Amino acid sequence: MTSLNNLLAYTDHLVAGLLLFGAFFMLIGSWGLAKLPDFFTRLHAPTKASTLGMGSTLLASLVWFSVQEGSLHIHELVISIFLFLTAPVSAYMMGKAAIHRSRPMVDGTRNAEQAERASERRGLKDEGPESKSS
Amino acid sequence: MGRLLPMPWHSLMLLVVWLLLNGVSYGQLLLGTILGLLIPIMTYPYVRGHAPIQKPFSLVVYGLRLVWDIVVANLDVARRILLPNRFLKPGWLVYPLSMSEPFPVTILASSISLTPGTVSVEFSEDRSCLYIHVLHLTDEDELIAFIRRRYEQPLKEIFGC
Amino acid sequence: MLNTVILISSGMVGLAMLLCLWRLLKGPDITDRILALDTLYINSIALIILLGLYHGSAMYFEGALLIAMLGFVSTSAVAKYLLRGDIIE
Repeated sequence: MTSLNNLLAYTDHLVAGLLLFGAFFMLIGSWGLAKLPDFFTRLHAPTKASTLGMGSTLLASLVWFSVQEGSLHIHELVISIFLFLTAPVSAYMMGKAAIHRSRPMVDGTRNAEQAERASERRGLKDEGPESKSS
Repeated sequence: MGRLLPMPWHSLMLLVVWLLLNGVSYGQLLLGTILGLLIPIMTYPYVRGHAPIQKPFSLVVYGLRLVWDIVVANLDVARRILLPNRFLKPGWLVYPLSMSEPFPVTILASSISLTPGTVSVEFSEDRSCLYIHVLHLTDEDELIAFIRRRYEQPLKEIFGC
Repeated sequence: MLNTVILISSGMVGLAMLLCLWRLLKGPDITDRILALDTLYINSIALIILLGLYHGSAMYFEGALLIAMLGFVSTSAVAKYLLRGDIIE
C-alpha cells in the first residue's frame, strides 16, 4: 500500500512539473508574439513554443487521468497529434498570405530580396501548388 | 484492392481512431467499421496516390528523432525570444530541394516548420526550391547541409525517391 | 499541492492570452491578427485542459478537440481568403 501511495505522490510531482513547464512555454510563445519586431519573426513564437507547451500540458493530463482511472487515457494523445500535424500547415498558410501581402520586415533581415522574389513571381489568384484541379 | 475496400490502411486507421475516441465496445466497433468502410468509398475519387513507404521502420525512427528535435528547437527558440530583439538576426533561406514527390516534400516542409528556428513559407514556381524564414541565421550553407543530412536524406530513403 | 500548481498554471496561460489579445488589438496588419487568434485558440485549449484537471473530469476533452479542429479550419480559411479572395474554389 505504501508503494502505491509513493507512486501517487510521484505522479503528483511529475504532473505538477509538466504543467508548470507547459504553462511557462505557452507564456513565452505569447510573449514572443507580443514583442518580436516583425510578422515573420512572430510566426516562430506560436508554432514552436506553443506546440511544446501544449504537448507538455497534454502529457500532464494524460499521466494524471491514466493513473486516476488505472487505464491509458488516449484523448490527449489524439489532440496533441492533431495539433502537431496542423501547426506547420497553418504557419505555412499564414506565412504565405503575409509574403504575398508584402509585409514589412525588420531592418537587418538577411536575403530579404529573396522574399520579394518569392512574392513577385505569382499573382494572388493564380494557380498555387495546393490548388487541385477543381 | 477492389471497389468495396479502396484504401484498406485508411479504413483501419479510421476504425482505430474511432475506437480511441469513443472507447471499445461492440456497438462502437460496429459503428467504427461502418464508417471506416463508407468514408474511403466516398473520398477515394478525390485522393491521388502518393509515393509508397518503402521502409516503415525508418519512418518510426524519423518520427522519434523529430520529437527530440522539436524539444531542443523549442528550448532554442524560447531562449532567443527572451533575449532582447537587437540580438536577433532573422533571414531568408532558399533551400534547393532534391526530391519532387508531393507527399515527402510536404513532410519535409512540416518538419522544417516544427524544428530548429525555421518556418517554411513558400515554394518556388517550379517547386525546386523552398523559401524558409530563419529566426537566427548565421551560416546559410551549414544550415542547408544540416537540413539535407538530417531530414531530407532519411525521407528520400524512406520513400525511395 | 496539485490544485495550487493548476491555479498558477492557469494564471500563466491567462496572462499569455492577454498578450495575444494585445497583439490582436494592436495589429498592425490583418495577418498579425490571424496569428494572434491562432495562438489564442491554442492557449484556450490549454486552459480547458487545466479546467478539466482541476475538476478531475475527463468530460472537457470533447470541447478541447472541437476547439482544436474549428480553430485550425478557421485559421486556414481566413489565410486562404487573404490569398485568393475566396475560400472554396
